Parts: sequence; C-alpha cells; structure tokens
Amino acid sequence: MSRVAAFFSARRNPRSISRGELFAVGILAVLVVLILPFANQQGWISNFSINLWGKYLCYALLAISVDLLWGYTGLLSLGQALFFSLGGYMIGMHLMRRIGDLGQYHKPIPDFLVFLGWTDLPAFWRPFDSFPFALAVMLVLPALLAWIFGYLAFRSRIKGVYFSILTQALTYGAALMFFRNDLLMGGNNGFTDFKFILGFDVRDATTQRGLFVVTALTLLVVYLACRWLNGTKFGLVQQAVRDGENRALFSGYATAHFKLFVFIVSAIIASIGGALYVPQVGIINPSEMTPEKSLEAVVWVAVGGRGTLLGPVIGAVAVNALKSWATRAIPDLWILLMGGLFIVVVLFLPGGIVSVPAKCRAWFAARRRQSTDAEASAPAVAVAKTES
Amino acid sequence: MPHAILTVEDVSKTYDGFRAISDLNFYLFEGELRTVIGPNGAGKSTFFDLISGRAKPDTGKIEFGSDPASTIDLTARNEYQINRLGIGRKFQTPSVYTEHTVWDNLVLSLKGPRGVFASLFHRLSSADRDRLDELLKLVRLDSKRDWNAGLLAHGEKQWLEIGMLLAQQPKLLLVDEPAAGMTDEETHRTGELLLSLAGKHSIVVIEHDMTFVRQIAQNGKVTVLHQGTVLCEGKFDDVQANPKVREVYLGRGKVR
Repeated sequence: MSRVAAFFSARRNPRSISRGELFAVGILAVLVVLILPFANQQGWISNFSINLWGKYLCYALLAISVDLLWGYTGLLSLGQALFFSLGGYMIGMHLMRRIGDLGQYHKPIPDFLVFLGWTDLPAFWRPFDSFPFALAVMLVLPALLAWIFGYLAFRSRIKGVYFSILTQALTYGAALMFFRNDLLMGGNNGFTDFKFILGFDVRDATTQRGLFVVTALTLLVVYLACRWLNGTKFGLVQQAVRDGENRALFSGYATAHFKLFVFIVSAIIASIGGALYVPQVGIINPSEMTPEKSLEAVVWVAVGGRGTLLGPVIGAVAVNALKSWATRAIPDLWILLMGGLFIVVVLFLPGGIVSVPAKCRAWFAARRRQSTDAEASAPAVAVAKTES
Repeated sequence: MPHAILTVEDVSKTYDGFRAISDLNFYLFEGELRTVIGPNGAGKSTFFDLISGRAKPDTGKIEFGSDPASTIDLTARNEYQINRLGIGRKFQTPSVYTEHTVWDNLVLSLKGPRGVFASLFHRLSSADRDRLDELLKLVRLDSKRDWNAGLLAHGEKQWLEIGMLLAQQPKLLLVDEPAAGMTDEETHRTGELLLSLAGKHSIVVIEHDMTFVRQIAQNGKVTVLHQGTVLCEGKFDDVQANPKVREVYLGRGKVR
C-alpha cells in the first residue's frame, strides 16, 4: 500500500527547462502547429482526424489544469471538468445566438427556448450576442467560481481527500443544475447544431483547421506560461506547499493565498480548453460536467506523468487516442482498460510516460556497470587461481 | 529590569478534557538562551504551538516585543503572521522541503516579501546570494547545495532546518529538539552554534539530551515543565539538584 500512498502524496520538481524537454516541445510544436494543418490542407490527413486531434489538444489543456493543482500543489481537484464545461457553455451560448433563425423552428431565439414556450430571449442571454462578451465571461466566470469556492475551502484548511470530495460534489451539483430545463441552458440536450463562428461556417473544413491551429497555439502559450511560473519563486512556494505546508506556513507564507491563486489559474486554463472544445466537437451538455470526466482527466495526468508539464499533454493525447480506438474495437472493455492502465501506472510507473527515457537510461547504465564489474572481477579470479 | 521580549502569563490549554498547559507563566528576555526540559507529556511542544500560533490558548495572554508600549498580542494572530513578526520555529522532526534542493530550501526561507504577487517577480540580489552562501557554510552544507533535501542524512536535515530558520533572521527562535538523531559530535557543534547565536537572537530550546542541555545552559537558565506548568527555573546545576525535579524524572527515567 505504501507505493499507492506515496503515489498520491506527490513528488518531483524539474525547476529549469532541460534541453531534452525544449527539444521535444519544439518538435511537437512544429509538428502540431504547422505540419498537421498543412497535411490536412493537402488532403493527406482527413478532416475527421484533424478534428479528433483538436479535441485531444483541448483535453491536454484540461490535463494541465489538473496537474498544476495535483502534481505541483498537491491538491487533487475533481472539479476541473466543471470549469472546462463552463468555458464550453459560455462560448456555446454565443454560438447558439449565431444560429439566428436557421434553427428547426425558424425563430430568432434558440430552439430549446421555443420548445420551452419562450417567445423572447431571456435577459441574461442578450449580451452573449457579442463574441468579446462571451469570451470575457468565459474567462471571468470560472475564475470567480474558483475564487469563491477556493476562498471558503482553503480558509477552512480543507485538504487532501476532503478537498477532492468537495470539488467532486461541486461538479456533481452543477451538473444536476444544468440538467434542469428551467436554468434555460438547454437542459440535458445542452447546446448543439452550431452554424457560424465569427462569420465562418463552423462545419467547414477550413474553419475546423483554423480552430485546430488556434487550439495548438493556445496550448503552446499555456505550456510556456506554466513553465515560466514553475521557474519563479512562486513555483517554489507552490511545491513547498505540496511537500511541507506546515513548514511554509511557519516560514511566513500564507499558503491559502497561494493555493487560491493556483486554483483560479487552473480554472481559467480548463475553461479555455472547454471554450475551444465546443466549436470543434459541436455539442456541449451536462454530461461533460460529471465527476467521471474529472476522474478521466486525473488518469491522463497520471499516465502521462504528474508533476511535469509535458506529461499531462502526452497523457491526454495518448489515453484519448487509445479511447478512440478502444471504444470502437472493444467498447465494453474500455472502462476496464482505463482502470487497469491507472493501476499499472500507480504501481509500476509512478512517473508516467515521461519518466520512461530516464528509466531506460538508468537500466542501461546499471547493465553496463554490471558487465564492466564482471570483466574486472574475471582476471582477479584467474590470478587467485594461479596463486593457489 | 528590562521588559521581557516574550511574555506568557496564566496560560491554559485543554485538549478533550486533558490539561496540556495549565496556568503557565514564562518570561524570556532579549538575547537570552533558555532551555526548556521536562518529561514526556509535560506540554513542551504544546507550549511552542501556543507561541507560534498553531494552537490558541483557552485563557491567558501571550505577548511579544521588548518595548512595553508596543507589545503584540500573539493569540490574535495565525502562524504566518506570527512568523512575519520575527518568530521562527524549528520542528521536532526535521521539516524541510524534501523535493527542493538545499539551496532552494534556503531561498524560500530568506527574509523578504512573502506575498503571492511578490513571489511571481522575485529575484535574488547578489547580497541575498552572499547571505545564502554564508548560511550554507555555517550549516556545513555548501558541498551539497544542489542535493535534494530529501537525500540528506537526518542530522544534515536538522542543520538545514536551522539554516532555514536563520535565513529568516528572526528575533525569537523556537527550537524543538535540535539534537535529535545527531551524532555526539554533531550535537556538540549544534550546541556551539546555538551559543553563538544567543545575544543576537532570543532563543528557546526544548531538549531531552542532558549532556546537550548542560552544554547550552552553561550561562543561561533552564525551565522545567511538568504537567503543563513550570516546576522550577534556574541554573542547570541548581535545577539538577532540585529534589522536585529528581522526583519527576525518576518516575520516568533519571537525569543523566
């Protein structure tokens, strides 16, 4: 059990960016930002694939938000799917307005409102006609929610598993609320049938490619920003809170303020991920908000490598690629496969995929040492024999 | 008579019906090195908890500051606020940031702004670096500055934590069993370090090791705690000869 406990109790700290990481990030960035869209334009990669990859990259943003809290600050939040969905909903509201009167009912308000008997647009929907407004709310609303919730939780010194349970409860509560029709957010169907974004046809291949590039660039910027954050003294304090909160507290750091800051930043990152996700996937509904979605994100981070920034990105892409394949090939077994994957990582590869190169190097080094030791001891044995 | 830098008066603290501290009175003067001893369960660590803000007393007052006109009520403040007033605490079990390097451990402890936004744009000045180098030499960890603190030996961790405490440049140091887990030589060196700090800082040391207590209490006073209150106070030899102290210790192990 100690292995499991150690896994959940957090670790590791690469403070400065290593040359290997820089190299890997550079290659991935060129590949994703330039080569994939180009290949798609040339028809070498299908629109379906590029769309799927766009989705993975949105999940990578969600994974980074989980890791910033869990890997770097020791706070296992199971509420990140909520912030992801909120971002999606805010952009979704704008996209619903851009449908205009092209809906099933050919009315100037969203179909679900017509269905609910509304003839005029509810007041809180009106400002969402403006894209900048939707964008601003997408950033501010999750931050505000994280601030209020985080303030209460951290002030009361809620930590460990209690923090996880509370964030999960918050997410679940929000999902139940969004399932209700009278919230006027589309109930269990959510928002779908989007037509336009910023004047472009949202289903057009060119628009989707554009969204993919924007997602990739956003991920790169978020990655670099988090990298910078880790190198600052803030990053040091953040990890000090994770490894020795008492020490930090008795060294004059108001640890609750640091945790609150990270929680808010993570909420914003998750929300941006959700906002990019919705136009690419074409639907947002409360099922995205369920605690299971948050748990999946935790698995991505664990598989990729917690406490690193490349880890969550790799984990999100790898696990979701596996999921895309498995849910078609062996749909009933997917959930078992994911659970199994998590257990294997916790027990045998606590550093995740990103720790594999270092593990291999260590293994080879040990082997080499063994063989040189064997060579060195062989003549000694021979000498000993002649002497006797 | 000068005003005490730390005044603890009529303090009581009860945990679930157990009186951990009971009508405790304690005065520490500026520059003093005071040693607190007492059998297990005497309330020594609770005493530190009350001063450093980890626990709040049920009754009584705890005040800090040698100027009687501007003493600060510690009971109204929490851990980080109390630390910022200039009270540093070393824990019984070495508490360092195990995943940070020795250097980063000290960087985090260095006196300076502690806010979230200050930390985002914080840079070490060359004076800071000099100070850190000095501290590394003082705690004899200059050759291990890039080691992760978790890899240090127990005694080295203790020293690192003492270094972290000094980096904060506190007025008052609360030091809980600094010699635990150290070799005799390390213990002696720790004693010398504490003695050299007295005068510049005010220090309270909790300790069990009587050889060590004898070493550091050569010029100062020893306070004996028993059942949450002060049993007696005075010079080491007087305290050791005190029949009440002998009685308290004999039931639980003798004074060496």
